[in-house]
This record gives sequence, C-alpha cells and structure tokens, in this order.
Amino acid sequence: MSSTVEKAAGGVGNYFDERVRLASASKALIRKVFPEHWSFLLGEIALWSFVVLLITGTWLTFFFKPSMTEVIYDGSYQPLQGVRMSEAYASTLDISFDIRGGMIMRQIHHWAALIFVAAICIHLLRIFFTGAFRKPRELNWIIGNVLLTLALLEGFAGYSLPDDLLSGTGLRIAEGVLLSIPLVGTYASFFLFGGEFPGEAMVPRLFTIHILLIPALIVALVTVHLLLVFAQKHTQWPGPGKTEKNVIGYPFLPVYIAKTGGFFFIVFGVCALLGGLAQVNPIWLYGPYNPAQVSAGSQPDWYIGFLEGALRAMPNWEITAWGHTLSLNVLIPALIVPGIFFTLLALYPFVEQWVTGDKREHHLLQRPRNVPVRTGLGAAGITFFGILWLNGGNDIIAHQFHMSLNSITWFTRVFIFVGPVAAYLITKRICLGLARRDRDKVLHGRETGIIRRMPSGEYLEVHEPAPAEERFALTAHEVQRPHELGPAVDENGIPNPNGRKEKVRATLSRWYFGDRVEKPTAEEYEAITSGHDHH
Amino acid sequence: MSTYDTNGGRHGHDGSDGSHGHAVEVSQTPTGRHAVRLTDDPLADPGRPPHEPRRTDVSARARQRAERQVAAMFGLSTLAAIGFVVAFVAIDKDAFVSLPLFGEIGAQNLAFGLCLGLSLLLIGTGVIHWSRKLMTSPEIVEQRHSMRSPDPDREYVAAAVKEGSGESIVGRRPFLIGGSLVGALGAATVAPLITLRDLGPLPEDKLRHTAWAEQHQIVFEHSNLPIRAADVPIGAMITAKPKDVEDLNELAKAVILILRLEPDQVQNARQLELGYEGIFAFSKICTHVGCPIGLYERETHHLLCPCHQSTFDVLDGAKVIFGPAARSLPQLRITVDDAGYLVAEGDFDQPVGPSFWERG
Repeated sequence: MSSTVEKAAGGVGNYFDERVRLASASKALIRKVFPEHWSFLLGEIALWSFVVLLITGTWLTFFFKPSMTEVIYDGSYQPLQGVRMSEAYASTLDISFDIRGGMIMRQIHHWAALIFVAAICIHLLRIFFTGAFRKPRELNWIIGNVLLTLALLEGFAGYSLPDDLLSGTGLRIAEGVLLSIPLVGTYASFFLFGGEFPGEAMVPRLFTIHILLIPALIVALVTVHLLLVFAQKHTQWPGPGKTEKNVIGYPFLPVYIAKTGGFFFIVFGVCALLGGLAQVNPIWLYGPYNPAQVSAGSQPDWYIGFLEGALRAMPNWEITAWGHTLSLNVLIPALIVPGIFFTLLALYPFVEQWVTGDKREHHLLQRPRNVPVRTGLGAAGITFFGILWLNGGNDIIAHQFHMSLNSITWFTRVFIFVGPVAAYLITKRICLGLARRDRDKVLHGRETGIIRRMPSGEYLEVHEPAPAEERFALTAHEVQRPHELGPAVDENGIPNPNGRKEKVRATLSRWYFGDRVEKPTAEEYEAITSGHDHH
Repeated sequence: MSTYDTNGGRHGHDGSDGSHGHAVEVSQTPTGRHAVRLTDDPLADPGRPPHEPRRTDVSARARQRAERQVAAMFGLSTLAAIGFVVAFVAIDKDAFVSLPLFGEIGAQNLAFGLCLGLSLLLIGTGVIHWSRKLMTSPEIVEQRHSMRSPDPDREYVAAAVKEGSGESIVGRRPFLIGGSLVGALGAATVAPLITLRDLGPLPEDKLRHTAWAEQHQIVFEHSNLPIRAADVPIGAMITAKPKDVEDLNELAKAVILILRLEPDQVQNARQLELGYEGIFAFSKICTHVGCPIGLYERETHHLLCPCHQSTFDVLDGAKVIFGPAARSLPQLRITVDDAGYLVAEGDFDQPVGPSFWERG
C-alpha cells in the first residue's frame, strides 16, 4: 500500500522535476527549521484569517450588488418590506435572509476581519517587545506596518459596503475628515464621492478598493513578508544550545507543515463557530442609510475605535483667517496624531539602532524585561492607543456605569498625556525588578519554602540552586552599556564635526541603558555557591 | 536518527558565540545530542537535552491508539461536513431556535456554523495530533549564515554592475539618456492621472447652498407632511426637511430640527429674530464632521450629537458648550404661510455641516 503511494508520489515528483527543477527548488525548503513557541503563532492567525477572508469574500461577491441605485425592498425580512434603500443594502439583506448560507458567510467574513486586525496588532506587539525587528528584520517590520495600515483601510472599506445606517454614518465622518484637509480636502471629498455626500459612486468605488486593490497589495506584501521569514530564518528564544548562529526547531516537512496547515483549519473552524453562534454587524437592525438619521451608541468596528476616541477627545479648536478655515479639531485627531503614531512605530527599529549603535545581526529574541526602556515605550504606546480606544466608547461607558460623559472626556484629555508617561515609568520599574529577580534566581536559586534551624539557633530558608539550563537561559542575554562620549576636540585641537550629534546620541543612550541590571558573572556565582551552600 | 541529520557536518561548533567569557565547546554526537565539554563556567551553555522518545515511539499500542484517534477525528469531520449539506437541504431558512445565552438565532445559520466549525476544527486538531504523536521528528539544528552575501559575490556583482552600466546604460553622457528617460517615465505615469479629474465635479459653491428657499414648506422628514405651527408642542424636537426633497445629497445638507421653546427662556436675540413664536429651526447636521444630531435633552435644552458628543445650547443660538464641534448650528429663518404651516424664509446664511478649507 504505502509503497504504491510512494511510487506514485515519486512519479509526480519526477514529472515536475524534469520540467521545473522541483528538487533543487525545494531542497532548502523541505527540511527548513522552524522553532516552536506559542507567540510565533500570532502571525499565523493573521495569515490564516486573511485566507478565510479571501475565501468567504469571494463567495460574498457572487451575491452582493455594489450599487447605490434605489430599490424598494421586498425580501423576506418583514420590518423593512416596502422601504426604499440602495441595492447594496437590499442585496446584503438578501445575503442575510434569503440566500442559504449567506448569513454564515457574512458573519464568518466579519469575524475573520475582526480577528485579522487583532492578530496583526498582537503579532506586531510580540515582534516589538522581543526585539525581533532588529537587523536584519527591519525591512520586514516596515512591510508589517504597511500591512497593518492596509488592513485598517480594508476593514473600513469592507464594513462601509452594506450602505446601512451605521456604515453610512462612518462614511459621513470620513467625508468630514477629508473636508478638514487644508487646500485639497474639499476637492478630495468631491472626487472620492463623485460629487456631494453621499452621492451614488461611493459603494461601487469602495467595492473595487475592497475586493481588488487592497487585497492585491496585501497578497503581494504578505508574500514578501513570508519569503523574508524563510530567507532570514525564524528568530528563536535563547536557551540551551541556541545561539545567534543556529536555529533549532522542527522541520518544515512534515511537522511544521502539518502544524501550520492544521492551524489554518482551527482558525477557520473558530471563525465558523463564531459565525454560527455569535451575531455580528446586524445591518438589518440599523436600517438603510439616511443622512438625516443616526442611532445613539453608534460604534465602529474595534480597530477604528481609537480614531473615534481621538475625535471625541479633541477640544474644539478651529482657526478662521484670510478667508480660510483650518479645522484643527478634526485634522489633529483624525490625521496628524495617527500619522505621527504610525510613522514613529514604523521607524522605531531605525531609531533604536541609531541610539544603541548596534549594527549586528540578531536572531535570538530578547525578554522584554531585559530591555526596560523599549518595553516601557511599548507600554506607553499601548496605553496611548488604549485610552483613545476606550474614549471611542465614552458614551457606552457613561451609560453602562452611570458616569458623566463630560468627565470621561476630560479624563481622556488629561490622561492621554499622563497615562503613557506613567505606563512607561511603571513598566520600566517592573522590568528592572523582574531582571533583578532573574539575577537572584541564578545566584541564589529558588526559594524552597523550607526553613532550617541551624545549630546556632539561626533560622535559614533553604534555596535550591537553579538547574544549569535555567542558569544559562537567564544569563544568555547581553547587557549593553551607554555610549561613551568621545573627546570634544581631537589631539590637534580640532572640534569633532559630529559633536552635537554625538552628544544627543550619548544622552539618548544613557537614557536607554543607564538603568540596568548587570547579569551575574561566573565569578559571582562561584563566590556565592562555594562560600556557603545554604544561602 | 541520522536520516534527519542533514546538516550534520555543518554544526560542529555552534555554542561559542562569545556571549560568555569562557569557551564552551558544543559538538554533536552520533545520537544527535549535543555533548558539551564544560570548561569552568557555571553559566555556560549546557547544550540541548537528549531527545526523549514519546510514548508513541516506544509503545506499539500507544501508537495504534493515536492512529485511531486521528482517524476518528477525520471521520467525525466528514460526518460534520455531511451535516452541513443536510442543513442546507433540510432546514427551513426562516426557522428560528432559542438558545440560552445566545437568544433567538436562525436555525439554519446555527447548523451551518456548528457543522462547518466542527468539520474544520476536527481536521485541524486531527492533523496537529498526528504531527505531535506520530510524525517522527527530533529537533533539528540548522546553521545560520549572515544575510550579507559572501565577499566574492559582492565583488562580482559590483564589477558586473559597473561594467554593464558603464558600457551600455549610462554611456559617456549619463544625464542625456538617463535624465530624459526618467523624465519620460515620469510624464508617461503622471499624464494619464489627469483623467482622474473626472472622478467628480468641482466643489464650486455646492457646499454653501441647500434646497431651502423662500416660502419652501417645512415637512416632517419621514412623512413629507407639512407642519402646522400651532401643532408643535413645547419641548418637541421634530426632524424636518424641505417639502418633496428626496435626493440624499440634498437631504444631507437641508435636514433641520424644529424645536419649540418658551420664548422668554431664550437669551439670544438673533435666535428669536430667526424663529417664529418660540419655534426654531436649526441645521441637524453637526458642524464637527457631519453626523445628524439625534439627541435632545429637554431638561437642559441641550442638543447632543451621538457620534462625538458635541453639545449645543438651544437657548443660546445653538452655541457649542461641549465637545469637538467648533461652530454653532446654523439657524434657518422661518415663518408660516397663510394656512399656518411652517415655511422657510430663505436658505441658511452660512454653509451647514463640517468645516472645509474654503469656508472662511
């Protein structure tokens, strides 16, 4: 039996090898090593939910009508019968109520989109906090950041398509944001919407953007993203036997391919269960879009919430001068702040590299505690995003917890500055504390909880020495020192032309590495363990 | 074991990256285990632990049981997939079931979700179980190489680029051909973009005018019926529009809120002047980013936009008292016609809705 299979597989392999050099092409790939860790699965969730989106999205295009032509609804959803609406909305109702399997596809698609963006974000945080963006992976970090932006746009374009009251309100806000752009905003809005809002062009245009333009870009960039992971080999956590020069794990064939392939089915399966059990985006409850109506408690999908929160928190600054209006109340929260935030995020590897002066390749991951400043900055970023996101639901919070909406908004206005700083300081302290704990663990071992009474009457807790594997893993990282500032003038009395730059760099470097926990040396270890074995 | 050791020859010394001050020699023994010869460093790399065989590696019974488990998962998955088809054919698409926690949900959708979810999850868990229990796979050590190309390759390519570009591409006058080509490519790319001009009409003064005109009747937004001034109760908020305006573009600008207040409570002279006997008409479109203003607090006389919570005081010319909106809601001058129905006395005296650069 198995020999027949092998023979057949060999035959197929031979056929292709003689035509496309299959063996040579797959030689490097087939036993490629992939290290294992749960955190390496986060990117796979993003990848596989994207595949789920492609599959369910293709299905939906067979039935969705991207048109804003008005029709009278006569489908099987009773409450809206006889109501005037766009074909886009009517066909979404048909998908939901009259086409068998339509509802499950719509809901899987929407759930997968929510999971897609969430997985990208958590994957990004994993890369950030473990230093996996360091050389040679900076380019892949940039690609990942572009993918995140594309995913946000793609999600927004997608949930705007049904032309229901909620999504239309979202588009109205987007139009208001476009209008706030100086000089070209009004034109941009008229060109995008094909005239005045809402017009009849937006849904068909968004459709092309949503099903062709952005997905094509995402597919292309994901391909490069993965090729780079293959070419550069995956990073790994430090541990026994693991170095910067090797990669230890399981081979692509069969283990990795089985696990990741199986994982695709699990991601798809979870999306399907959610689609069957948990209602998402019930557009039939919102009604067709009408610019005169709105429902209280309107909320965008989660990943747009931070923009919503920023818009809500911003004070009402507007400048009118020389016949022009500059809407800082819209421009700053909707475009400038997110623009700066995402730019800083994308450029972070280069900033860190410049500060640390570290141009070496890195393949061993860092534990967040061993890089306290970076971890603190990450926590600050999460806090910043999180506060804005929460403020995006300030009306819901006020309603649920019987709080004053105005106080929540004021809290946000203050905390958006205080919160990230506090998060940075607290996180940095926690990191240093944890690093000290690691140091203690190496030098003094584990507290056993056993108290021993010494002949002298003294009580001592028995410590169990850490095993060699743990001692190594806890000391495998590098503790970097701040940059030393060179002499301001050289021996000939000529000032260093890069003096000011060097100074900035030295200051930043001191900030980065000034507070640090030295790792134990072998001498310290020997001194402690040989001196007295009980402590 | 040796069948997996494809890189055997290449990782003889992979522990000595110098992160510790002491030399550690790691080498691979024929069993695939790293043998570490410790010098005197107590913090040195102890090497990979030996490969521990799994139960399925040593016990034929465990192995057979795992095989049965995997096959059972695949079998159940097939059953769930068949269940999906059954649900498509047999369940009425309009039938509902009531579930605790989940409430009323469509029966067919629920069956689809459960069957599809189960069939996929069982394939996934089956394959992963298979890989964990049965696929023979000790860890493999692969060597990394710097991403930088080896020097001879770099030199070869550098020379080739120099030779190739020097002779054929750039020539002796590099800017003549090169520069003109860049220019041509740029022009050829940019020129067709002019066609995007016709994506939409120019804004002109479209944002400055609405459908309102003198004597245009004010009607209920939902029914298109006229509003008699005498019938508007104190404390009411009515969403209204110009009579017979159905076009969404026009509606998006022209929709108004009709409010009736005690005239002596209103502190704003201009507001009183534009209103009619305590009835006032404000643009419903928020001056922030254009959401319709949906909430009216009768007690405080505040209008609240549900999108970003801009709050307007209707006792004082709909001025902004909280939130991100910068400007008061434009007010429409109204009166009544001969029959006592509300009509506009003209268009708004300023653009409604969000600000824009040319607004001034």
